[in-house]
Amino acid sequence: MPAPSARPSSRSSRRAPELRFGDRWTFDPAPETADPKLKPRYDLFINGRFTAPKSGRYFETINPADERKLAEIALAGAADVDAAYAAARRAFPAWSRLPGAERGKYLFRIARLLQDRAREFAVAETLNGGKPIKESRDFDVPMTAAHFFYHAGWADKLEYVAPGARVAPLGVVGQVIPWNFPLLMLAWKLGPALAAGNTVVLKPAETTSITCLKFAEILQEAGLPPGVVNFVAGAGETGAAVVAHPSADKIAFTGSTEVGKAILRSLAGTEKKLTLELGGKAANLILDDAPLDQAVEGIVNGIFFNQGHVCCAGSRLLVQESVAEEVLARLRRRIATLRVGDPMDKNTDIGAINSRAQLKRITALVASGVREGATLHQPACVLPEKGFYFRPSVFSDVTMSHRIAREEIFGPVLSVLTFRTIDEAVEKANNTAYGLSAGVWTGKGSRILKLSAELKAGVVWANTYNKFDPASPFGGYKESGFGREGGRHGLLDYVRVG
Amino acid sequence: MPRLTVTKTPKPYVGGAFIRSESGRVFPVHDARGAFFAHVPQCSRKDLRNAVEVAAKAGPGWARRTAYNRGQILYRLGEMLEARRAEMIDTLARFGAARAAATREVDAATDRLVHYAGWADKYEQVLGNVNPVASPHFNFTVTEPMGVVGVIAPDAPALLGLISLVAPVIVSGNTVIVLASEKTPYPAVLLGEMLATSDLPGGVVNLLTGFRRELLPTFATHAHLRAISAAASADERQALRLGAAESVKRVRFTELASPADWLGAGGQSVHAIRDFVEFKTIWHPVGA
Repeated sequence: MPAPSARPSSRSSRRAPELRFGDRWTFDPAPETADPKLKPRYDLFINGRFTAPKSGRYFETINPADERKLAEIALAGAADVDAAYAAARRAFPAWSRLPGAERGKYLFRIARLLQDRAREFAVAETLNGGKPIKESRDFDVPMTAAHFFYHAGWADKLEYVAPGARVAPLGVVGQVIPWNFPLLMLAWKLGPALAAGNTVVLKPAETTSITCLKFAEILQEAGLPPGVVNFVAGAGETGAAVVAHPSADKIAFTGSTEVGKAILRSLAGTEKKLTLELGGKAANLILDDAPLDQAVEGIVNGIFFNQGHVCCAGSRLLVQESVAEEVLARLRRRIATLRVGDPMDKNTDIGAINSRAQLKRITALVASGVREGATLHQPACVLPEKGFYFRPSVFSDVTMSHRIAREEIFGPVLSVLTFRTIDEAVEKANNTAYGLSAGVWTGKGSRILKLSAELKAGVVWANTYNKFDPASPFGGYKESGFGREGGRHGLLDYVRVG
Repeated sequence: MPRLTVTKTPKPYVGGAFIRSESGRVFPVHDARGAFFAHVPQCSRKDLRNAVEVAAKAGPGWARRTAYNRGQILYRLGEMLEARRAEMIDTLARFGAARAAATREVDAATDRLVHYAGWADKYEQVLGNVNPVASPHFNFTVTEPMGVVGVIAPDAPALLGLISLVAPVIVSGNTVIVLASEKTPYPAVLLGEMLATSDLPGGVVNLLTGFRRELLPTFATHAHLRAISAAASADERQALRLGAAESVKRVRFTELASPADWLGAGGQSVHAIRDFVEFKTIWHPVGA
C-alpha cells in the first residue's frame, strides 16, 4: 500500500489506529493434550526389529522447551551401523524386484498409518524438537504423510522419470537428516528412495530421534519387509560411520555446508552417488510496488517459521529504499504480536530453540551483529525461565560485510538491507556462496519473471514464502548443495539412468 | 626445387582469439611416425584463470540467447566441421588413427553437434516440469545453466571425446574451458579455427592445450568453475573430487572405456545436458 500522503482522498488524513497486542492481552493457556505415547527407552531399528545397541550405550533426549528428559535413545556404534547395512543389503534384491505397484502399496499404507496417528506424532515432534504444536500439527505431520502418498504413486511409473532412458535402483542408500524437520526430512529421504526400489540406512539427528524411532512402529504396522528401512541413532560419529560405510551405493545428506564439504572429501575416490542439501542465506526482496501487508506476513513467515531453523529461511531481507522505513515500521509492529513460549500451546508462534548449542550460536551471531554496528529490534516479550528461547529479532542498518548478512544463523533473526535499483538487488541477493532459495515481492508479473530468472537459487517464492509440496522439487545452487528432493526431479537422484 | 611449405603455429582458441601461453612455454608435438609436427603452447594455471574470466564474461550473453539461436549456432559449428572434414580426417590420421576410424570419428563428431543443436529448444520441455502442488500456487521447474564449466577431454578419441563433452554443456547456455587431449592436442587447435567461424560468441568455448598433471588441480579448485565434466583416470577422479569439495562443485565423469564407445548412441543423451543445468522451482500464487 502506498504511503497515505500519496492518496489525495479524505481518508489520507485519518490513519487507522494501530492495533497493538503484544503482552497487553493475556491469553489463557491452550495446551495440546494428546498423548504422544512415548517409551522411556528407544532402541535402534534394524532388520525390522527394535535392537539394543551392541555397545549397550544410550543417550538422553530432552524437551528443549523445559530441558526435561523425555527418553533414552540407543547410541549406534560402528558395529550397529554394519548390522544395519547388512540388513539393508540382504533386503535389497527382493525389494528392488518387487513389482512397483506392490512397493507403492507399502508406501500408501505408511502414509495412511501416519495420518491415523497424526496427533500423537505431532505432539511427539513438538516435545522433542521445540517447534510450535500448530506447526507440527498443521505442517510437519500432514506434509510427511503427503510425501509418502505422493512417492507411493511413482513406484510403478519409474519409466516416466527419465525420458528416453532406462532407470534402475541404486542399491543401499545411507541417509543423514537434520533436527529442524525430523519427520518431514525422513519422508523426503525415504519416499523417493523406497519408491525407486532402494533400501535404506537412515540416521536421525542426535537431538530429535524420537519421532524417527516411533516411525519404525509405523513401518512395522505397515508390514514393510525387514531390512528395507533401518534406523541408527547417534551424533556425528554415527553419521560419519553411515556416510563412510563401504556398502552404501549412495549418500543423501541434509545439514550444514561445513559437514557437506567434509562428506564430499570423504567420498572422493569412491563411486558413491551423493546428494547434498546444505545451508542457505536466502534473500527476500521487497520491491517498491509490493503489496506491503502481504509482504510483511511473508517476511514473518519466511524468517520466524520453525524458529528460523529452516535452511531456506528468508534471513536477508532486501527492501527497496523508498519503502524501507515503512516496511521496517510494520515489521516491528508485527513482531510485537508474535507469541513466544511453550511450544505445546496452540497459540504459540515461536517455540523453543532446538538445543542449548544452537541457542549459543544464535546468541553469539546476534552479539556480533550488535558489535559490528547493526541496530537490533526485539519485542519485550517474557520468555519462560527454563528451556531454550530466543526473542524474534530484526536487525536494521545491516551491510553486506556483516556476519549476520553472510552466515547462516538458523534462528529467528532477520537482517534488513536496502537497495535502490533492481540490478543492485540482484547483485546483493546473489552475492553469497549459498543459493538455496529466494523471495520476490512485487505487484508486477513481468518483474517476478525477470527476477526469478536472475536470482541464483533453487527455489524462488514470488509473493509467497516457505511453501513446500511433495510434487515441488527442492534443492540448491552453489554451496547450498546439489540434487533435488520432491517431484520428478527428486526421484532422478535415487535411480541409475542409463 | 620443391616449394618449402608454410607451417602453421598452433595456437589454442581462448576468448575468441588465438593465444600463446602467457608463460611463453611450448611443448613439441610429433606425428604418429615420430616426425616433428609443431610446438604447442603449454598453457599455465594463469592461462586457465584468464580463460575462466573471459568465459564468465561471455556466460550471461550466451545464456540469454534464444534456444533457437543457440541451436543454429551449434548446427553452424557442425557445418564448419563438415566443410573441413577432409582436413580433420587427415589430421586425425596423421596422429595415429586409421583412416577409416578417423573418418568415422569426424563424421560422428559432426553428427553429434547436429544432435545437440536439435536439443537446444527441446531439452527444457523434456527436463522441466509444471508441478501440481496442493495449494493455490502455479509451481513450475525450469532449467538454468550452471555457469562456467571445466571440461577435461579424453586423450582419445581426441576430437569426438572433446565434442561429446562440450556440446551438451554449452547447448544450455554454459560456457566452458576445455583441456584438450594432452597426447593429441592439435585436433583441438584445428577445431578452434572452426569455432572462430561458427558464430559462437568468443569466450563460450575456450580451448587450452597443456599438461593434465599441471592443470587439473586448478580445474578442481577454481571457485568460479561451477562444474567439471571429465574423462579421467581413477587417481585423477579422486583428486578432482577432493579439490572440488570446497566450492561444492558438481563433478561428472564420463565412463566410456574404449574410443569406439564414444561413437554409439551411448555418447549422447539429453541426460548429459541435464548433468550441467540447475533446476529452479518457482512458486507463484494463484488468485491472491
